[in-house]
This record gives sequence, structure tokens and C-alpha cells, in this order.
Amino acid sequence: MGYTIHELHEKLIQKEISSVELTRQFIAHRQQVEGDIHAFLSVNDEEALKQAAAVDAKIAAGEKIAALAGIPGAIKDNIVIRGQKCTAASRMLENWTSPYDAGVIERLEANDYVSVGKTNMDEFAMGSSTENSYFGPSMNPWNTEYVPGGSSGGSAAAVAAGEAVWALGSDTGGSIRQPASFCGLVGLKPTYGLVSRYGLIAFSSSLDQIGPITRDVTDAAIVLNAIAGHDERDSTSIPMEKADYTEALVNDVKGMKIGVPEEFFGKGIKPETREAIEKAIAFFKEAGAEIVPVSIPHIKSGVSVYYIIAPAEASSNLARYDGVSYGFRAPGDNIVDMYINTRTQGFGKEVKRRIMLGNYVLSAGYYDAYYKKALKVRRLLKEDFDRAYEQCDVLIAPSASGTAFKFGAFSDPLSLYMEDICTVPVNLAGLPSISIPAGFHNGLPLGMQIIGPALGEKKILRAAYTFEQNHPEFTKTAPKGEM
Amino acid sequence: MKYEAVIGLEVHTELHTATKIFCNCKTSFGADPNTNVCPVCLGLPGVLPVLNKKVLEFAVRAGLALNCEISRFSKFDRKNYYYPDLPKNFQTSQFDLPICEHGYLDVEVDGEVSRIRITRAHMEEDAGKLVHHGSSITTADYSLVDYNRTGTPLLEIVSEPDMRSAKQAVAYMEKMRAILQYCGISDCRMEEGSLRCDANVSVRPVGQKELGTKTEIKNINSFKGVERAIEYEALRQAEILEAGGTIKQETRTWDENEGVTKSMRSKEEANDYRYFPEPDLVPFTVSDEYIENIRKTLPELPDARKARYMESYGLSAYDAAYVTSDKDRADFFEAMVKAGADAKEACNWLMGELAGKLSENGLEIKDSKVTPEAMAELLKLITKGTISGKIAKKIFPEMWETGKSAETIVKEQGLVQISDTGALEAMVDEAIAENPKAVADFKSGNKKAMGAMIGQIMKKSHGKANPRMVSGILIKKLQAL
Repeated sequence: MGYTIHELHEKLIQKEISSVELTRQFIAHRQQVEGDIHAFLSVNDEEALKQAAAVDAKIAAGEKIAALAGIPGAIKDNIVIRGQKCTAASRMLENWTSPYDAGVIERLEANDYVSVGKTNMDEFAMGSSTENSYFGPSMNPWNTEYVPGGSSGGSAAAVAAGEAVWALGSDTGGSIRQPASFCGLVGLKPTYGLVSRYGLIAFSSSLDQIGPITRDVTDAAIVLNAIAGHDERDSTSIPMEKADYTEALVNDVKGMKIGVPEEFFGKGIKPETREAIEKAIAFFKEAGAEIVPVSIPHIKSGVSVYYIIAPAEASSNLARYDGVSYGFRAPGDNIVDMYINTRTQGFGKEVKRRIMLGNYVLSAGYYDAYYKKALKVRRLLKEDFDRAYEQCDVLIAPSASGTAFKFGAFSDPLSLYMEDICTVPVNLAGLPSISIPAGFHNGLPLGMQIIGPALGEKKILRAAYTFEQNHPEFTKTAPKGEM
Repeated sequence: MKYEAVIGLEVHTELHTATKIFCNCKTSFGADPNTNVCPVCLGLPGVLPVLNKKVLEFAVRAGLALNCEISRFSKFDRKNYYYPDLPKNFQTSQFDLPICEHGYLDVEVDGEVSRIRITRAHMEEDAGKLVHHGSSITTADYSLVDYNRTGTPLLEIVSEPDMRSAKQAVAYMEKMRAILQYCGISDCRMEEGSLRCDANVSVRPVGQKELGTKTEIKNINSFKGVERAIEYEALRQAEILEAGGTIKQETRTWDENEGVTKSMRSKEEANDYRYFPEPDLVPFTVSDEYIENIRKTLPELPDARKARYMESYGLSAYDAAYVTSDKDRADFFEAMVKAGADAKEACNWLMGELAGKLSENGLEIKDSKVTPEAMAELLKLITKGTISGKIAKKIFPEMWETGKSAETIVKEQGLVQISDTGALEAMVDEAIAENPKAVADFKSGNKKAMGAMIGQIMKKSHGKANPRMVSGILIKKLQAL
């Protein structure tokens, strides 16, 4: 298998390779494949090499380095870094440079991280294929005729194509897990409030979470260790002691109760996906876990609720992009025309569609019928999950209906929205979930989710790690990722 | 037909916290444009708000002082509308669970006290300031925006439509200002915008129960403006009704220069604010203990202070109300009394000489060039008989200009009152000798003739003769003639 954080960390501290050499290798590889992949919106070679040199100096001085130190990573372009452009893949922010660092960036800096660039995404994280990026889509490193998934498609493509060892994504309705699944990687969406959202360009505030996309479960735990923790600048951040998630990397699920919610296996799920998960269930049973059938009836309303709440919050969060004090501006004869021209030209089609949806569901006369009702169903869905966790430790579900789809496969937005059925209920309930490779179909990876109760990261990491350790055949390197 | 006005007020007051409501920027007034700003209050991509705990404390304190119930469970909401002084294009405010509800204020007009109910008071953030190069945002060549004020904490206090006259509205505003100042919540300067007022006004025939159609008047920037705007609007509406017309529900703006209200936008053009719960701030609870701790720190409020001044110092209701209507004035008064000034005399001087000097110089009482202690010294010289009141009024401007104490000025200029009987008798004798006509008039029964002689003596003594003693000696001597 390819390079992982934990393997490279060993090589660094054994002085088999320096961080600068490593970073150079990744930059060189990127220069070969990026033309086919388009994972990055901006690259940062000079700064990355500086960061790497600093780590090498520490190693040379005999200092202990963090698990993540000196190992090239990539950051989704909706997470701000001081002095760097941050576009959210939108024309609106094409030339905007952030004057401040996101909370996660400060934490990564404290871990001596190396970032080789900012990754492509669907505009403002709205989409599941990167086809909504103003700067053009990223390609799936397993087969460039296919999408890498989204919205964190650039992050997944970068890791799968060997352009970065790890990446940060953000997940509002599946935007970490689905691309991880499409690219044969591990994607972890933490519990809402575990990772600071300060400096994450908001799409839907009550759903957004930052998380890692990595090659294996161990790396996911290492990155989570670096980025998780209380941040008083985010009022929704959970005040809690720092945890070590690598403690959960135990190859053993004996006595664990794994719930199988029937609603996740509806008619939209492809046979190959169903088959892969059935095999996984059989494995867990074999490994000593107890399999518990559970029901989460409101999953069926998940997509409807999500496509009310997320656009509602987005319509307000994106109102600030008005051409007044920063970002793109299209002139107009007066202030209203300037607003209209700026937002008409600055936003892409999908973003405008969701803003309109959001404004509609919040408007007088429709609020009760849509937004208020959606909040109620969201609460019922949470209660469903709570009841399920009275019977089991984790839940198992598909990460997507099937493998990656081809570019342009979905011409109408509604059928694409329906694809989010497996992932959005998890965000609505604020739960942690990890997507891990669970097989292949026609040469493309398939993914599986393990969903935990709130702050149950260790439980899902343990189950995921056990599955991974017993299925090395699923953790393969994409053709473009071979170095 | 006779009409009565029905008035409700929406008061916005800036909370006098050191930092803004959702970030650590300073709230100071008058800084260079766009210097008290940060990514959070500028609404840059990715920022999040964090509630300043002092804002909650101030809001609870105000609520308690305004006799409100404090909500144990409260939350913030977003009010969505586009305006270039609002960087996020939504204002974080409170919609359906305000921090304070069901309060009241007792206000007095012409000796009659009425209770004005307060519907609610809620926390919210202020917007920035626009400077138009042209007359308005629609006609200006360009506009500049200063975000220093963005995120300044505000408390919006909404009354029930319980007021029936412009005078009552002004009394309510004055009482509101006094209470907020006493509690240290706001400096309440309408001219600087730290106290603002929108008025909802309707009229109805006297005796009618149902409310008439209301208009909302914005852009009222002074206490005088409150009175004039409401008076104008009530009259305007009454005239329309009298002529058989109907009132249009709309928002109007007060034009201070022309003294009229003008239509701004109709009900149909009103914004749909699309309120929804602020997802970046979690709902919060307020404990009984928290509330009681704040209640304990509430200062003596204007009504209590007024009662105390009437009782302890024997001030009239009018005088006590005047002194206590402004916290700084009441503090000044108390400092004077504490330094030994006679309370009634102190009150007279506050209303007279000091008020005159302050308005002449455009100063607030807390910026008075003569301290309460220095004024008390001056008043004590009168009480002791060292100087006359007349001399005191001459000394006071000099104290103001030079900063010298009353005693120093009296000594330097030899202004000590002449109370020596021998010296005064000599002056009286001289006056009698020099004014035979006045003496004759007095003898023939015209007592007023004495006045001219006293005046002459005072003039000759440069005001130093003790007028009371002069008068006594003169009467005695004239009667003995």
C-alpha cells in the first residue's frame, strides 16, 4: 500500500527520509498527475518546503515531533489560512485572501503540519461531485471519467492520487464520507462540535463539520487527534478534555453491538453495495460482534429535512457576499443593481438554486410549513437514533448508493439530492461517522459507513480499524496514486 | 370630533460595555473609521460570533430596573435584510424568546402618574455607519461605510401602546434615560445615537376602544424631536380622519429641519426578515442565582432617590424630580450637600447659575469646571454671611474661568461683606443726608422710597454692605427722624 502518515512518521524519526525530501517527492508527483486530476485550486510549494525544513531542524536537534509533523497534507479551500487565498471554489471569492487562520489551522501549526495546497470542491461545498466548482471539476484517480465525489472531491482526489498523504475536508451532508468512498479512502465526519468551525466558510452552520480524509483508519485517528478540541471562538464547540483517538485502534470487536438500520438499505441502494455490506456484517458477526437489526424510521425524511434546513441556513450565511466590502463585485447603476449583478454573476447555478430554496422556506407564510416542520422532524430523527443506540454501540450503513458516477450522469438536481440519503441523516443528528473502503465494483471503490453515538469516535474507529486490518485487499492505491 | 393619540415607543440603547457583543473589538465612540474592527464584526468568510457575557449582564440589569421578568431560557435569531452597513446582511437579534418581558415604567406628567407597560427588551447587534456623498443612498455618487459601530451591543426596549400624548412619550424617554444611566448601562446620548427612538403613532376619536391604523416614525434624534414628531404625526392623522380620509399603515421618517414626517415605505414594501434561530449561538439558560446576584448590585433608582431628597432634604417634588432626572446631576447635587451646602440653595444653584454656565459652554454637568465641593464652599460663604448672594453670583463666573476657590477670590478682591454696625450706620447717615427728597417721600408714607437709598448704599459699598443690616438700620433711623 501507499504512504501513510504513520509509516512516514517512522521513516522521518528513523531519518530514512527528511521532510523536505518527502515534500519534494509529493510536489514532483503532483506535477506529473495534477493535469489529469485537478485536485488543487492553489499550491503552496515554497511555504510547504519551509514548513518541512523546520520539522527537519527539529528532528536534527533531537526534538520529539508530532505524529503529523512534516508529512504533506492538503486543506479544502473553504478553510481559511492567513495570507492565502480562500475561494470556496466560487468566483465570488476568486481573489479573496484571508487575514486570519481557522481554528484547525492553528492546531495543525502546533503539530508542525506541512500543507502543499488548497483543494478543489463544489462551490461553497454545495454538491457531491466537484462539478459545481467555478474552476472546473476534479477527476477520480481510479478512473478520470468518473467524479471523485464531493463536495470535498479535491481533498479525496489529492490523497488518492498521491498528491498529499492526508487532507482536511468538510462534511455538511456527506461531503467527506462520499468522496472518501468514491476514492477508496477513509473519511471521518466528527461529532458536531468536536472540531472547531472557526474559519470554515459556512454552508450550513448547524450541520458543517471539518474532518480528515486519509488512506487508512490509523491516519484518520492521528489527524483527528491534531484537530479535535474545544475552541471558545466557536460557541457550538463542545468543552471537553483532549482525547487520544489512537487508543481506539484495536483489532477486536468482540462483544460490540452493531446495529443495522433497515431504512439505510432501501431500493435506491445498488446490489453491489448491498452485497459488500452484507459481507461486512458477516465478518463482524464472525469476529464476535453482535448484530442487531434496528429501525430509524425518520431516515426516510432525511433528504427532505436536509434540503430545507441546509439551504435555509445557507441563504443567510451566503448573504454577506454582496460586493460591498470584499470579494467579487459587478458594478450597477445603484446599490440594488450592484447587489443583483454581483450575486447573479458571482454565484454558480447550484448555489443560487439553494439560496432561493432557503429564502423560500424561511419566508413569511411558508416558515411553519417548511422550516419549522423540518426542525421538528430533525428532532424526531435524533430521537430515533438515540433509541437505536440504546440497543447497539454503532450502526452500519452504505456511504453511497454505489460507486462513483460519471461526469454529467445526473442532469436533474433532485435525483442527485436523493443520492445523499445515506449520509445526511448523520449530519442532521450531529453524529460521528467514518466511511471506510468495503470492496470494489468494476474497478471502482465502494464504501461503508460506521456511525456512532455523539462523541462515540472511539467506538467507530475501533470497528473500522478491525474491519480494515482484516481486509487489506480493500485498501489499495489508485492507478494515479502509484509513485 | 376630538381625537386622542395612542403611542408606543421602540427604544434602542447602546449598552456601555468595553467590547462589542460578539467579538473583542472596542466600542468607543469617535475612533478613526474602520479601526475598531476584526474579521468577526466585519463578517468575513468563516467567522463565528461568541456572546460577550457583559452584554447579557447589562441586559438583565436593565430588565430588572425596568421591572421586567427575566427569561430563564433565551436564544438569538437572525434577522435577514440587505443593507451595506450590515456586513453579514443579517442582524443577530432576538425574536421569539427575548431576555426581558412584561415590565413597566411609571411616568409623571403635570402631576399625574401613569404606568407604561414594557412588552419586551432584547439584545442585538448594531450596524455600521454610512456616509453618503450625495443626499441619500439612492442618489449619492458614492457612499462610504464605517464598521466601527458594527457589533456594538444594543438593547431594544418595546413599550405597549400605553401613551396618550407627546409629553407622556417624552416623560417616558426621560425616565428611561435616567434609569439606564443610573444603572451604568448606557450614557444615553440621543445626539450621538446611544439612545434612539422609533414611535408608533395612531389616533382615534376620544372614547373609542379600537385602535386606529398606526404609522411608525423613524429618525428621531432628540428629546425635542420625540415631542415634535409625535405631535405633528398625531395632528396629521387627525386631520386626515377629520376630512374623511383613512390612514395608511406605513413607515415614516421625521424631518427635523422641516418639522414634518414623510412617507418612507408602505406596509407592502416592508421587509420579510425571514427570522430563524441563529445556528452559530446555542440557546442559553439564566439561573435564579445569576439574576439575584445582579439584582443585588442595582443602584438606588431615580424614583427612590427623588423620594429620599424630598424626605431628607425637604426638596419640593418639582425640585427633587429635576435633580434626579439625570444621574450626573443628582450625583453632583449630593456631592455639594455632602460638602456642607444647604440642600435648597444647592438645588437653586444647579437650576440657575450652573445650568446657565453649562449650556453657555455646551458642557455636561460631569464636565463642569467648578466642582461640587468648590460650589459648596461658595454657598457656605453665603450662609455664614461672609458674602451676599449677589456677590456670590459675581464670584461664580470667576471661579469658572480661573479655577480659583470662592474664598481666594473673596480675599483677593476684598469682597467680604461689611457687617460692622458702626460702618453701616455711617453709610446710612450719608445716604439720608444726600437724599432729602427720598426721606420726605418716606415720611409721607411712600415706603418704596427706602429702596433707592439701599440701592445707593450697595452701589457705594461695591455690593459689600450687608443688605439685611443696612435695611434694618435705615428703617430705624428714618423712623427716628
